[in-house]
Amino acid sequence: MGAHAYAIQARNVKKHYGRTKEGPGLNGLTLNVPAGSIFGLLGPNGAGKTTAVKILTTLLRMDEGSATVAGYDVSKEGHLVRSRIGLAGQYAAVDEQLTGYQNLEMFGRLNRLPKGQARRRAEELLTQFDLTEAAGRAVGKYSGGMRRRLDLAASLIVSPDVLFVDEPTTGLDPLARQEVWGAIRSLKEAGTTVLLTTQYLEEADQLADLVSILKDGRVIREGTPEALKSSFGGDRLEVTLLRQEEVVKAERILRGIGGAFVLVDNAANRISVPVTDRTGSLLKAASAFADSGLEPEDIVLRRPTLDEVFIHFTGQNGVSNKEESR
Amino acid sequence: MITMERNVKNIQPSGAARIRYAFTDVWVLSKRELLHWGGNPWGIMIGWLFPVMMLLMFGYLFGGAMAVPGGGSYFEFLMPGMFAMTMFFGVESTVMAVTTDASKGVTDRFRSMPIHASAVLLGRCMVDMLNSVIGLLVLIVTGLLLGWGWHEGADHALGAFGLLLLLRFSLLWVGIFVGLHATNPHNVSMVQLLVWPVGFLSNVFVDTTTMPAWLGAIAEFNPLSATSTAARELFGNPGLRGESWMSEHALLLAVGWPVLLLAIFLPLAVRSYRRLNR
Repeated sequence: MGAHAYAIQARNVKKHYGRTKEGPGLNGLTLNVPAGSIFGLLGPNGAGKTTAVKILTTLLRMDEGSATVAGYDVSKEGHLVRSRIGLAGQYAAVDEQLTGYQNLEMFGRLNRLPKGQARRRAEELLTQFDLTEAAGRAVGKYSGGMRRRLDLAASLIVSPDVLFVDEPTTGLDPLARQEVWGAIRSLKEAGTTVLLTTQYLEEADQLADLVSILKDGRVIREGTPEALKSSFGGDRLEVTLLRQEEVVKAERILRGIGGAFVLVDNAANRISVPVTDRTGSLLKAASAFADSGLEPEDIVLRRPTLDEVFIHFTGQNGVSNKEESR
Repeated sequence: MITMERNVKNIQPSGAARIRYAFTDVWVLSKRELLHWGGNPWGIMIGWLFPVMMLLMFGYLFGGAMAVPGGGSYFEFLMPGMFAMTMFFGVESTVMAVTTDASKGVTDRFRSMPIHASAVLLGRCMVDMLNSVIGLLVLIVTGLLLGWGWHEGADHALGAFGLLLLLRFSLLWVGIFVGLHATNPHNVSMVQLLVWPVGFLSNVFVDTTTMPAWLGAIAEFNPLSATSTAARELFGNPGLRGESWMSEHALLLAVGWPVLLLAIFLPLAVRSYRRLNR
């Protein structure tokens, strides 16, 4: 690679589904994914993440716009794109009826590796993804984490220039999630550009160099996770209460101290408000609670999470809800 | 630490290399299907034995009550029909396999790789044909053991088997097309239900002249009827009446129908594969 500063570029890509096929469309998607980065495509269900991945991996044809992947035109040079990408995630699966080893050997052969090399590579990947013990078992009997790892391994048989990972950790337990994250990080170190779609903000925060937030088929915010969090307005003052009844009263107090974007988590008896004056607002809150007789379990100042940024931009941004319920 | 493997994919292979790749791909994908057989040997064997069961049911349970118009043994009449029916039942397994691959995302994995569409579909074809050839052999051996035989020489008999496999080959592409559109395995059960009336609305089990005239005419029109009649003719088995244009030209139709089905469904199947998500 090297010749291209961007591993993926999408220009105003549009996709509208007809009556017979359903799925979220794209309404002018523009993306610039720098070569060698991990790029997070975030969005709620139905925002068009999977549609975007399917178009960029040539599985789906766009209606309008243009896109290049690894320097090749997605619409006109599909076979060249396909020889440079890997696709892993919920929509590109391995064969459940075959064993892990048989899967990797098969995909190795289909990736033009000679027989001996395909076998050696299959064994190598099974070891690296900690699947040696399960190598001889049918994939249908694998756990979710094992299957995701095999899925990733299958897309890495020959190093792709660009790897698309569609919701890699949906439905995984925290340990398996860590394993998959580790695998994705080492890919980046090896020089692969990774485009990651996810609905987990933490995942993007952990992995991505750059993030685009997708809503109704277009990008509504983009930047580094840090920049996105700052753009959302400084720190947050978060108060956790012992009793449910105290939440309303505490909320009233906090509204007087912090900014407008108040988040209330009723399940956890937790309220947070954006603040600009860190120490001052903390003192104000402490004395206000003391006056009111409330005894919060916890009062902390913290950075906003990407979750809050996300709720802010996708929920409050007001890009009409009509389109969603269409 | 995950190690990387140099990408050996030749981006623009020469013509010769492309053909070699295509052969490798077809072979690797066929092998995949054979591995599926190994994983589910009982399912495969039941597929081969099911027509034998049908043969015994119709030959012995109902056979006594059946009279072949024009005379002759019902069992001899039934065998060529059962051959055609077996070819027809093969569609179910094609549809099921294609739909399963598409709904689980295996097809999308193949489609995201630099493999030609025809390699994936040909792999499916080769293995389904092999499956049908074995199923046919099982039925032939059973038939021979129970007293069926051909009476017009081995060359005519081979011709009949050729026509039967041609029917299977054409239906295979119908199966791929339907399978790619069925979108999930639940819809396939509908296809499986439809197989029965379509299969029975033919001259496989009874002569169409015993049916109400309008129904008989529809049954004559069934490609299964053409192949059954042609096979009866080539085997020298009873049941040839030659009363309608359809049965007089059974040989022509036994070639014509499959060729027509192929002309329609082969391109449609390839197109559906390429545009699976579009």
